[in-house]
Amino acid sequence: MQWRDNQRGLKQFSQLSLLSSWDCSHIPPCPAFFVCFVFLVEMRFCHVAQAGLKFLSSSNPPISASQNARITGTHYTMTNGGSINSSTHLLDLLDEPIPGVGTYDDFHTIDWVREKCKDRERHRRINSKKKESAWEMTKSLYDAWSGWLVVTLTGLASGALAGLIDIAADWMTDLKEGICLSALWYNHEQCCWGSNETTFEERDKCPQWKTWAELIIGQAEGPGSYIMNYIMYIFWALSFAFLAVSLVKVFAPYACGSGIPEIKTILSGFIIRGYLGKWTLMIKTITLVLAVASGLSLGKEGPLVHVACCCGNIFSYLFPKYSTNEAKKREVLSAASAAGVSVAFGAPIGGVLFSLEEVSYYFPLKTLWRSFFAALVAAFVLRSINPFGNSRLVLFYVEYHTPWYLFELFPFILLGVFGGLWGAFFIRANIAWCRRRKSTKFGKYPVLEVIIVAAITAVIAFPNPYTRLNTSELIKELFTDCGPLESSSLCDYRNDMNASKIVDDIPDRPAGIGVYSAIWQLCLALIFKIIMTVFTFGIKVPSGLFIPSMAIGAIAGRIVGIAVEQLAYYHHDWFIFKEWCEVGADCITPGLYAMVGAAACLGGVTRMTVSLVVIVFELTGGLEYIVPLMAAVMTSKWVGDAFGREGIYEAHIRLNGYPFLDAKEEFTHTTLAADVMRPRRNDPPLAVLTQDNMTVDDIENMINETSYNGFPVIMSKESQRLVGFALRRDLTIAIESARKKQEGIVGSSRVCFAQHTPSLPAESPRPLKLRSILDMSPFTVTDHTPMEIVVDIFRKLGLRQCLVTHNGRLLGIITKKDILRHMAQTANQDPASIMFN
Amino acid sequence: IQCLQKRCLALSVLLLAQLSDAAKNFEDVRCKCICPPYKENSVHIYNKNISQKECDCLHVVEPVSVQGPDVEAYCLLCECKYEERSSVTIKVTIIISLSILGLLLLYMVYLTLVEPILKRRLFGHSQLIQSDDDIEDHQPFANEHHVPARSRSRANVLSKVEYAQQRWKLQVQEQRKSVFD
Repeated sequence: MQWRDNQRGLKQFSQLSLLSSWDCSHIPPCPAFFVCFVFLVEMRFCHVAQAGLKFLSSSNPPISASQNARITGTHYTMTNGGSINSSTHLLDLLDEPIPGVGTYDDFHTIDWVREKCKDRERHRRINSKKKESAWEMTKSLYDAWSGWLVVTLTGLASGALAGLIDIAADWMTDLKEGICLSALWYNHEQCCWGSNETTFEERDKCPQWKTWAELIIGQAEGPGSYIMNYIMYIFWALSFAFLAVSLVKVFAPYACGSGIPEIKTILSGFIIRGYLGKWTLMIKTITLVLAVASGLSLGKEGPLVHVACCCGNIFSYLFPKYSTNEAKKREVLSAASAAGVSVAFGAPIGGVLFSLEEVSYYFPLKTLWRSFFAALVAAFVLRSINPFGNSRLVLFYVEYHTPWYLFELFPFILLGVFGGLWGAFFIRANIAWCRRRKSTKFGKYPVLEVIIVAAITAVIAFPNPYTRLNTSELIKELFTDCGPLESSSLCDYRNDMNASKIVDDIPDRPAGIGVYSAIWQLCLALIFKIIMTVFTFGIKVPSGLFIPSMAIGAIAGRIVGIAVEQLAYYHHDWFIFKEWCEVGADCITPGLYAMVGAAACLGGVTRMTVSLVVIVFELTGGLEYIVPLMAAVMTSKWVGDAFGREGIYEAHIRLNGYPFLDAKEEFTHTTLAADVMRPRRNDPPLAVLTQDNMTVDDIENMINETSYNGFPVIMSKESQRLVGFALRRDLTIAIESARKKQEGIVGSSRVCFAQHTPSLPAESPRPLKLRSILDMSPFTVTDHTPMEIVVDIFRKLGLRQCLVTHNGRLLGIITKKDILRHMAQTANQDPASIMFN
Repeated sequence: IQCLQKRCLALSVLLLAQLSDAAKNFEDVRCKCICPPYKENSVHIYNKNISQKECDCLHVVEPVSVQGPDVEAYCLLCECKYEERSSVTIKVTIIISLSILGLLLLYMVYLTLVEPILKRRLFGHSQLIQSDDDIEDHQPFANEHHVPARSRSRANVLSKVEYAQQRWKLQVQEQRKSVFD
């Protein structure tokens, strides 16, 4: 190989280098310096340097053909942590970049600092070459725009998939009742689209739509048909649920659950391979439709976020900028989750805020703009598919224009208190149930569990007309105020005005019998939903939490609204009502109370603040109602926080033991770094590597005997002065590939982490240079640093480990797992529940 | 298999996008007028297939018991809305979802019921594949970057598919372990 002959010349040149791999703190700020450097290199070592630079730029490296196939260019120099420093690159030419170095194991945390350095260097390299030729210019433009391309594709795919899910779920839900004979693919509403029935009560009946009772036994009314409909309803619900859970179990177990806790952990830097893959995407889409259609008490918003993130992940693999860099990929995932919420609720801005507040860990400003763009593209695609035939994105888009009065703040705050209480109860109950599922034998039968839950839900839900409805339709009915055209029993008020005086605002009227019976049914529905949702969230089918919580809140809100309305009617001479409500005028809108209740319950369980308010007012178009919404959401958050600081997603993260360092929690204890670092007093001493004293056998033994993820490299055992940090995975890969590819590397070869190999006797085997995999700039703190600062550093920089020094000498190491365990200990939780690194 | 899935996804996205502005079926538009109770009439709904320009009460509503000048007064109370839907989109979406569901069901039945039976018949052949996979597992990081020698030598498409399927099954098993504990 030609460059090996120039080794002496390169060595002399290397002393001029200021840079070392990954040492981003020393990278010269001025790109001109780099250009001069390159020029010098080109001048002195023209053919070698050109070989080197061409090798860096991935066109045609002058190396043997067998290596051509592996080196596809920027990938491997980046995965080697390659800096733009030419001297280390020229040295690297001597040992080729090792494929696999710089990637991560499953269930490990990424190194944010390293990924960001890699990306900045890649960007610098592309920028520096862009003036060379038109092709380079095009490549740099493509690189700059690839972010927008990924985000656009993600938005398109999310919108399309959301449309598919909506249409299919609607159809399958109605399949439980009956079938449209003229066109099998229409649901009830679409089947009766062109009906010529003119009376309002008959609007849902049309000759083409047949219930199962009509088809099977030929009767449409009567107890026989009721029982037949009941049986068919249960049959369809059970078969959908069974299909869903079998598909999840056989093809993609990661498709179960909501997905948001795991996505939060992934976005904070954790790797879960396969969680955002193709099979998970396909299975999640199909089983979400089945799960929603089976009538279980779950929603599809959380799973839609997972679906959108899968799309984002898949598309990011098409662009090298994102496929090789885990930190950049997470920017795309943040934008994708905004798109997911945007199609779930028809709320693009709410989606961006949701991504910012709930899901993302780091949210740079560039991600804000891209998230907004993704959310808009997704919403636009969904609107053009027009799944509901009314150009609205969500089924329960209602427009109100009735005003609210100051005294109504009191019931709104009451609803907020209810929402907070319910949220706290739900989180405790659900976590207890999930923990029981994990720890006992009951969790070994997931299919049976799903079938039992679906059976109970179907059996109890059918008799009550409010629970038989699709939950989204129930919410819409509760949100809609009673106008002159409503004929549901909820609007069965006694009209004692003349028919000719009907105007838009129906004045407050006393409730008829229908309203009282509706309230009873709604109370039963409320209790049923509260209990069933505790058992349903967390079963092994895709399940979301937003719609059930909103339904519970809407039911509670509507009941309170009707109560206040009747109070205002019967006691209109009370002081508070006399001030604002005139007799015979429209005063209270119970639909608004339903909306506020829904927001309060959702806020109580997820502890969202701004994003929730924005989502709800984008849902309803009611900008006048921001103040009641904010009052209710704030109250529910305060009440919920009084019982426990975690929302449902953080609670599930803790239950699963993921290493998630919550940015919202504060660490206020006065411990020092020396109290948390390892090794503790009784532990074996710190496992370190020395700079040039260890052999390949020594290192392999150390890797096999211990299970640490990385080893600090020190100058010598006497001085204990820190050189750098080497990761276990990188060491393993480097040593394996050296044994295979380089000649003369045996068990007793010296491993050299320094720049200059030590002088060895003549007959000793060839030394192995592993400087390229060494991280030369590990973060260190002194042993007297307060833990508050250490936790802050870990949060803000996204570190995995931090070395502790004392008087300049290496003393110990603190890893993210140690910090999480320490935080759990100081909060009196079980520190052994943190399972992953 | 992965390329096929990607192509299917892309195809269905394109199809849905095209169909959203496909030719409108005559029955896919309607003007819906809702009229509140008036005198002796109760609430009535009137539907008609009319274009958006003519979607107002006078064209759509033909009330039975209201005559003459009363019709205009009646019409002032009515609310008319123009709605359109795309039946082609609905049809295609349902057909695509059902076909994907059907394919997945068939594959699931094959994997859970048929394949073990076939494996028991070809016991020797399958044992060879099993041991190769075990060897794969001992090289912890080799999967992503090294093309194993076994499949490099046999460039057969079928064997590649089988290898990919085995690897996928292992991945699913790992997932199942971590999810179902």
